[in-house]
Amino acid sequence: MFVTHRFSFDPFRELRGALEHAFNDVARVTGLPALTRAESFPALNVWERDEKLFVEAELPGLTLDDIDLTVTGRELTLKGRRKAAGDEKIAFHRRERGTGEFSRFVTLPFDVEADAVEALLRDGVLTIVLPKAERSRTRKIEVKTSA
Amino acid sequence: MNTQTITRSDDPVTRPEPTRGGRTFSPAVDIIERNDELTLLADMPGVRAEDIDIRYERGLLSIYGRVKPRYAEDVAFLLEEYGVADFSRSFQVGEGIDASKIGAEVRQGVLTLRLPKTEATRTRKIRVRPA
Repeated sequence: MFVTHRFSFDPFRELRGALEHAFNDVARVTGLPALTRAESFPALNVWERDEKLFVEAELPGLTLDDIDLTVTGRELTLKGRRKAAGDEKIAFHRRERGTGEFSRFVTLPFDVEADAVEALLRDGVLTIVLPKAERSRTRKIEVKTSA
Repeated sequence: MNTQTITRSDDPVTRPEPTRGGRTFSPAVDIIERNDELTLLADMPGVRAEDIDIRYERGLLSIYGRVKPRYAEDVAFLLEEYGVADFSRSFQVGEGIDASKIGAEVRQGVLTLRLPKTEATRTRKIRVRPA
């Protein structure tokens, strides 16, 4: 089973990120299988560009039908399920690819236009594009100088 | 039971060194054995068929998947839980694979490799007739 994890943009983010990176590097160097890593599934990369928030997850083997995305207020929920490679009778020499249900919750840093959220799944990479709500956009305020 | 095994070639001394620089990630795999073939499934998100290089030589199976960088150079992550780099992993596969019949396909970022066994290594069911 995957680990379910709640994440929000909090002040300890960077510290935790650094710790997770350090741990993951150890896992990669020692070649520990993915599921022994203390991380939730799926891992997320989040960035902002051009008044849009991008949330990306690696979900190899899934189709959009396997994924359930909801935006409620400032919370994004990503749920899904990955099927096992075969039935239980098969002889597995290695079984590192996680299966089962997963869910992640992300508290968004600003209000988004929930109706305009788009999701794209290509080559096992899911990209969710969340446009910033009009009221949350940064406005440039012109400062006039008195002559 | 067939005694064929697959072991991961992990020895840093004997492991062939890649010619390309930079780090690579080791993809998570499932390896399934059936009577007539071994099937290897590898999670390689972001990799397409034309980006995959598979070699099988003297029992060493190497898979390499190139991943195109997908972030702008000046990207400022609010959250960065994973890195994006090429995938690479090698396996020492026991003898008895018919190299000319190895089949590969990629779908939704998952590589499926079919490694058919040679006739000699297939498990045969021997019927015992009563005397």
